[in-house]
Amino acid sequence: MAKDIADTAEQNNKLIEEVLAAYPAKTAKKRARHLNVAGAVEEGETEILSKCDTVKSNIKSIPGVMTIRGCSYAGSKGVVWGPIKDMVHISHGPVGCGQYSWSQRRNYYTGATGIDSFVTMQVTTDFQENDIIFGGDKKLEKSIDELNTLFPLLNGISIQSECPIGLIGDDIEAVSRKKNKDIGKTIVPVRCEGFRGVSQSLGHHIANDTIRDWVLEAGEGARAGYEGTPYDVNVIGDYNIGGDAWSSRILLEEIGLNVIGNWSGDATLAEIERAPKAKLNLIHCYRSMNYICRHMEEKHGVAWMEYNFFGPSQIEASLRAIAAKFDATIQANAEAVIAKYKPLVDAVKAKYQARLEGKTVMLYVGGLRPRHVITAYEDLGMVIAGTGYEFGHGDDYKRTGEYVKEGTLIYDDVTGYELEKFIETIRPDLVGSGIKEKYPVQKMGIPFRQMHSWDYSGPYHGYDGFAIFARDMDLAINNPVWGLFDAPWKKSA
Amino acid sequence: MSKLRQIAFYGKGGIGKSTTSQNTLAALVEMGQKILIVGCDPKADSTRLILNTKMQDTVLHLAAEMGSVEDLELEDVLKVGYKGIKCTEAGGPEPGVGCAGRGVITAINFLEENGAYEDVDYVSYDVLGDVVCGGFAMPIRENKAQEIYIVMSGEMMALYAANNIAKGILKYANSGGVRLGGLICNERQTDQELELAEAMAAKLGCTLIHFVPRDNIVQHAELRRQTVIQYAPESAQAAEYRELARKIHANSGKGVIPTPITMDELEQMLMDFGIMQSEDDRLAAIAATEAAASA
Repeated sequence: MAKDIADTAEQNNKLIEEVLAAYPAKTAKKRARHLNVAGAVEEGETEILSKCDTVKSNIKSIPGVMTIRGCSYAGSKGVVWGPIKDMVHISHGPVGCGQYSWSQRRNYYTGATGIDSFVTMQVTTDFQENDIIFGGDKKLEKSIDELNTLFPLLNGISIQSECPIGLIGDDIEAVSRKKNKDIGKTIVPVRCEGFRGVSQSLGHHIANDTIRDWVLEAGEGARAGYEGTPYDVNVIGDYNIGGDAWSSRILLEEIGLNVIGNWSGDATLAEIERAPKAKLNLIHCYRSMNYICRHMEEKHGVAWMEYNFFGPSQIEASLRAIAAKFDATIQANAEAVIAKYKPLVDAVKAKYQARLEGKTVMLYVGGLRPRHVITAYEDLGMVIAGTGYEFGHGDDYKRTGEYVKEGTLIYDDVTGYELEKFIETIRPDLVGSGIKEKYPVQKMGIPFRQMHSWDYSGPYHGYDGFAIFARDMDLAINNPVWGLFDAPWKKSA
Repeated sequence: MSKLRQIAFYGKGGIGKSTTSQNTLAALVEMGQKILIVGCDPKADSTRLILNTKMQDTVLHLAAEMGSVEDLELEDVLKVGYKGIKCTEAGGPEPGVGCAGRGVITAINFLEENGAYEDVDYVSYDVLGDVVCGGFAMPIRENKAQEIYIVMSGEMMALYAANNIAKGILKYANSGGVRLGGLICNERQTDQELELAEAMAAKLGCTLIHFVPRDNIVQHAELRRQTVIQYAPESAQAAEYRELARKIHANSGKGVIPTPITMDELEQMLMDFGIMQSEDDRLAAIAATEAAASA
């Protein structure tokens, strides 16, 4: 075993060297700081499996090589604000940003679209040359008035700034205050111009700060008069991709907790306003929403903890850890819930494990997934060969050590070239990444699953999600198409 | 028709760019030149003395009213003033909003595309005091103005501004072919003003095109929304502007690539002329005042 690890580590280190050799010296030096092999833990460190910190992360991508990152606007509109369903999110600026982010990610929600929910709708101020020259404040005011007339049941509006807003210096804060007085609804100006920061990550932070300043600190809102229970919790950083939040929520409710807010998948503005009344914030996507949790802890005394609902091992551990924050009844409930789903887990494993045992996986995704989904694969007997973050920070890589074994290949803000070389050499049985990676990988003859959108499937969270996850991975890996890769005329007779 | 000459007037805000340029152009038109003025200042006051009224219909305001610049016709924004000088103003947003620089770019593109530059001998751009962003550099980019005339005086800040504008010209001189036509000193009656202006021109590697003396008649004409050429054609001041116009006309193709100086060199020059004190002198002066006060 120890020899295996040493061998893998050596091979991966060699692979990194080979990949870097293609670059000019300056680029090679820069990129070397983003590539690593998970190393041994220091004596006495028991809470992590390996050290997989890269030297650098969350810095500017190198021009001229493909990166898979987004922008601040994507982080704010696409991730944090967009799923809040009873608000309209204005893409403020020229039409393109809104057009290409139309329909949002797969943030499922209940409600009547266009009546009381607006997630998949797209609103833009559609800047023309005149708006750049004379400023867009008046047009923005008019848009807000029109929206309020068209959709009287909307509970708030957010203004998602596109790049030009930051250049021409429009005073969207003044417009927000004025329209808030006029129509009496929450208006949130978000300065998430795409040129700010190095990836979508800064957009998350900016969006978190506007929740703090323009919702939580702006007034009581829905938390006024809310009594609350000792079991109130918020789920933070679950965007309900393919229904993830729903398959998580039922577990929390089954152990006796009262989920008063889910941020921000399927969320209402009232859930955001009420959040500081909770006893505990349960944070799933640490990267995109740790900021607001820290604020709620400092300002409102709401403790927070991270948890993981991918795969039965992590679900069990998380349910127990969450229950440990409450009383014996909740703890007993947690054990009962774990026992209740045991047959489901066993059935899933019985069906799929033999078909997936020993299959290797390479991941390249964002947010929490490069580490959080690892154990779900391992629960099915699969092995993680490499993982990396699009826009992770140092603290993400530290946390990754809790999940990955020594010798695993680690790549930060990986370039198109690097990822392709890694996959080509390692030839894993499955790659999990995004739409841009899907087809090149499949053309290499390697099975692929999109791990941002769950490839139009899901949910993957919770016990129900695990069954779907296992089925999807089996569908991808054991699809007979991979046996038809060689041309029939090249087959030996 | 001779080849179209495009010139531009730059200089510190309030130095008298608009007044100097309009008087000069009024004199040029007397010489039989066909002229188009493009005002590139959101205040839209670059054509007031030629039109004898403030231009009401700026390119950008009309475009905003009609919906977009594509809805505009050239006739809507081109007015004819003193002796047939064609006038147009870019206009722009009120201070503090939007992007006036983008406005200048939009307006100039519109004028070019719609043939405003046809059948004229001179296009003259009058640009806002400081080149604060790329938009206000538009007239010196992309082969627009061939010669830039910097209006300045013997005041320190006017010299700073002139040097900065020279830096801007240098930046675009190799890519776009723009040249520094020379300096025009608009007299403020500061110490050794002519000598200082000549020294500055020498530093920048250009000539002092003309030294325009100060004369109250300019203010009298301005109050009547007229150039001196129109208000008092026989005056000595009118003769000065005619002389300036003649020199600019003769300066065709004689522009230079400027050699802007460093801040230290500029300050040294001002000290040499006694306009600025050196640090040691200033400290000595302060010490002397303090000594006198405590004595």
